[in-house]
Amino acid sequence: MKIAIASGKGGTGKTTLSTNLASYLSEIEQVVLTDLDVEEPNSGLFLSGNREIKEDKFKMVPQWIEDKCTLCGICQKVCNFHAVIQLGKMIMVFPELCHGCYACSELCPESALPMIPKKMGELNYSRDRNLHFIESRLDVGEEQAVPLIRQTKDYIDRTFPGDTVHIYDSPPGTSCPVIEVTKDVDFVILITEPTPFGFHDLKLAVETMRELKKPFGVVINRDGIGNQDVVDFCKCEKITLLAKIPNDRRIAELCSLGKLIYNEVPEFRRELDKIITYIMTIKNYKQA
Amino acid sequence: MKIVFTTKGDNWDSIMDPRFGRTEFFLIYDEDKDELAHYDNREAASDAHGAGPKTAQKLFEFHPDVLITGNGPGGNAAAVLEKTGIRIITGAADMTAKEAYEKYRRGELN
Repeated sequence: MKIAIASGKGGTGKTTLSTNLASYLSEIEQVVLTDLDVEEPNSGLFLSGNREIKEDKFKMVPQWIEDKCTLCGICQKVCNFHAVIQLGKMIMVFPELCHGCYACSELCPESALPMIPKKMGELNYSRDRNLHFIESRLDVGEEQAVPLIRQTKDYIDRTFPGDTVHIYDSPPGTSCPVIEVTKDVDFVILITEPTPFGFHDLKLAVETMRELKKPFGVVINRDGIGNQDVVDFCKCEKITLLAKIPNDRRIAELCSLGKLIYNEVPEFRRELDKIITYIMTIKNYKQA
Repeated sequence: MKIVFTTKGDNWDSIMDPRFGRTEFFLIYDEDKDELAHYDNREAASDAHGAGPKTAQKLFEFHPDVLITGNGPGGNAAAVLEKTGIRIITGAADMTAKEAYEKYRRGELN
């Protein structure tokens, strides 16, 4: 059972919900929480637990071998991302722009562009009782999040086979990294705030999930600010409103201290219960 | 000397485009022949990544001696241009290509 926690707008509470939900659920069963916002992972700020594994992650990029090259130009023509550039008698490779598709390397008639590994980031695994936490972090200067997200998902699938509950803390937005995170999950929780900006980006996220044909529900965070547009939209579009987390100073204070909320704020815990009940219904339905 | 300008149009009265990688046009002036040509680079606007290196490669094909632009190329484009030996003049924004050229001739841009 895989659940992604995503949003259109950033800063609406993906990490708050992911960490609290995962930790709360782990009181009753094994949970794997994975921070797939590899450009700025921050779930780890709220969790304790000992790091047990650290792995460097690599992507494959072409390396130009001048002696073999006949300057035919095929490599730069087939690169959709302008990561390979021919400049007079020289081929320049921009590893940060490379998507690792192998086209230049495979299509080079002289085998002058072999693929070599380049470090792009690292993966960490830590554990606190029933809560398994994986965090991947892209190196500074790397532009491609998708290859690291993909490798992290492969790692999780290999390490935790079976039907453990997985929670993915997704990057914000609706672009490639979000698609990579959500495309093979069973359910997506879209968290938003009831403001014009939150509402605008929620609509983009809803559109994306519908395109992907993903079942999803909405959580409103900081309920009480803004207006009724998100509630009206969900009602009108027949979207399940899973929970409303109140706008509460205590929650903000706990967040700022890097603490989990559900043990301290009963109103927050009640909303988590609603989400968990819904998730368990789907899980049981899926198993049946 | 062959001088290339990043511009938003195809003639001397066009406003300079401060961007390099996603400049709308190149205006190419050959001082020796007193000839003005242009290149339409507007398709670069739709490139999600890599507009800089691609535009730098295109620029290289014109074999200019000098590039006059606004903000200056970003990291990837700069890496390409460094190999070409083209002299890069920045700071030519909010003016027409003609004004930029005159300023350059007077030594007011560098």
